[in-house]
Amino acid sequence: MTDRLSTKLAARLRKRHRGEKLFRLGGLGAILLAVSFLATLLVSIGVSGYTAFQQTTILLQINLPVDPVNAGYPGLVKKSLREAFPSVSSRRNKKELYRLVSSGAAWEIRNYLTDHPDQAGKTVTVTVTASDDVDMLINGKVSRLDPPQVRRLSDQQVAWIDQIRASGNLKIGFNTNFFFNGDSREPELAGIAAAMAGSFFSLIICLGLAFPLGIMAAIYLEEFASKTRLTSLIEVNINNLAAVPSIVFGLLGLAIFLNFFELPRSAPLVGGMVLALMTLPTIIITGRASLKAVPPSIREAALAIGASKVQSVFHHVLPLALPGVLTGTIIGMARAVGETAPLLMIGMVAFIVDVPKSILEPATALPVQVFLWADAPERAFEERTAATIIVLLVFLMAMNLIAVILRRKFEVRW
Amino acid sequence: MVAALFTGSLVAILVTVGIVLSLVFETFRFLQIVPLTEFLFNPQWSPQTAIRTDQVGASGVFGAIPLITGTLLISAIALAVAAPIGLFSAIYLAEYANSKTRAVVKPTLELLAGIPTVVYGFFAVLIIAPLLRDGGAWAGLSVSSESALAAGLVMGIMTIPFVSSTADDALIAVPLSLKEGALALGSTRSEAIRQIIIPAALPGITGGLLLAASRAIGETMIVVMAAGLAANLTLNPLEAVTTVTVQIVTLLTGDQEFDSAKTLAAFALGLLLFIVTLILNVIAQHIVKKYREQYD
Repeated sequence: MTDRLSTKLAARLRKRHRGEKLFRLGGLGAILLAVSFLATLLVSIGVSGYTAFQQTTILLQINLPVDPVNAGYPGLVKKSLREAFPSVSSRRNKKELYRLVSSGAAWEIRNYLTDHPDQAGKTVTVTVTASDDVDMLINGKVSRLDPPQVRRLSDQQVAWIDQIRASGNLKIGFNTNFFFNGDSREPELAGIAAAMAGSFFSLIICLGLAFPLGIMAAIYLEEFASKTRLTSLIEVNINNLAAVPSIVFGLLGLAIFLNFFELPRSAPLVGGMVLALMTLPTIIITGRASLKAVPPSIREAALAIGASKVQSVFHHVLPLALPGVLTGTIIGMARAVGETAPLLMIGMVAFIVDVPKSILEPATALPVQVFLWADAPERAFEERTAATIIVLLVFLMAMNLIAVILRRKFEVRW
Repeated sequence: MVAALFTGSLVAILVTVGIVLSLVFETFRFLQIVPLTEFLFNPQWSPQTAIRTDQVGASGVFGAIPLITGTLLISAIALAVAAPIGLFSAIYLAEYANSKTRAVVKPTLELLAGIPTVVYGFFAVLIIAPLLRDGGAWAGLSVSSESALAAGLVMGIMTIPFVSSTADDALIAVPLSLKEGALALGSTRSEAIRQIIIPAALPGITGGLLLAASRAIGETMIVVMAAGLAANLTLNPLEAVTTVTVQIVTLLTGDQEFDSAKTLAAFALGLLLFIVTLILNVIAQHIVKKYREQYD
């Protein structure tokens, strides 16, 4: 009797322990799954984007003109290519030959001449950007074994590239275009300088508005406000604002800033204002939390030796809470840098070639540039999109790192 | 001085008033052109108004039903991914992991929430959508390249930390005595978790799920990039659907006159989105708060 009972019990216990094991494995599996999602995301973007940081260039022998104004620079590029490949005669072949270098090559020669006016009239070696198709072949994004329609280069063009490479006139270097140019229809000339400037201006505006306002609100609510219906309304309101979809802030910006106040469309000023409204709740909430963490004894000590309430807050409580407030601000800013949807609403989604120099000029932002390029038909934009994301993520990581360091260094445990 | 500080907090109120006023005002103008019953109950959405008024389809049809079902479909897929993964992660972190693992894994999971959503959108287009299409072709299914499934899956990955963080907080906040009581009576850890700790933490967990749902409904960039534009009224996750946020973006980007029903419709959709997410947030906060009062 007892024997049968004990085997029954043992079986049940085994079953329960198996359940325990499975449950635990489930938890571990979920974490592994989530982490592997993160890894896949980062790795696939890294793999897809790192090639955009280098760019293929071709060295051309150019007979520089004496008169820099009336020189036909595109003609100079073509002439140089024809001289490098004298056997090419038919019109079609010539056209294919010209397509090896970027349409920006003429500008590069012009810039070279402006930088080296003493070289006018001489024959010099100038480095020009190769076309995106050549670049994709060199950096391995397309294979020479792909059919010509896929690699977008004819067998003849591939042979020419090999010839240039064998002669040592094909170089792979750091992609300066990507960091110093604005947007372009040609992938090999397109860069993120305009988007970075737009992001920078928007962020300055956002910080300049959200930080003081957020700190003021946090101090008022935490240190001065008495529990009235108005203050509890403000509290509920701030908590809800933090969860409003970002696109709704964009609609607000469109209706109030653009249509009512008639501020300029596509300007970083408006973008920064919208982002400020979005980050304000984050700053207020973290600001209040760090003010709350300062023990009452600090306030009471200040008041006891005769400081006014305002003095006790500004001379004693705020400096002690500042690291926490700054950490919250940086985290809020990091969110603002990556925000896209509200900027689409206020027209910061535009083809910007020139780097904006003020907060009123039309601009775009880094995440918007990602959105724009992700849609572009040329395959070479894919690696540039991924590279822009890498730049964006590096920025975000740097900001979060600063926040962590700040917190570690200045955090006071009471 | 105090008055100056007060104005700072008034700005927060002003923002809300601004949002409500601008949305309500434009929606009111929209409803003068398109009746409310059409907006809420017409199963067809085609906002493309013709240039000449005598052309076919001169006035668009503004029925939000396909957009709402599309939004709910994608959000449901997202939650179906995020809820189990997020919950199980939180349970493991709160109840099984040692403090070292926890210190590494928790911030790693939260990284998922820190990545800009436009990055997820690109990831969906670059990796997930082709993967699903090829996988579907292999299994003999036709998967649209802008399927609801791709957008929902990626959105689910994004919302994992929203679920796991709040669930983790809720699990940690359950008094140790409850768990110890269960263990002392001979239950295994998983039994203690399932029968004692989770029921005690349920309000917090539910609140987190609601917040994640509100995130998913209001999410814009992933769906703009990975979901479609065509307003299909379908529940098939392999087909392309569109969402409320996608339509707001398409209606308002590009040049257009500001008084047409088309642009005003975006504000009506915005108001709808604002109200729905607000309700979800209020319920979530209420549940979390009520729960807190039980144990503190």
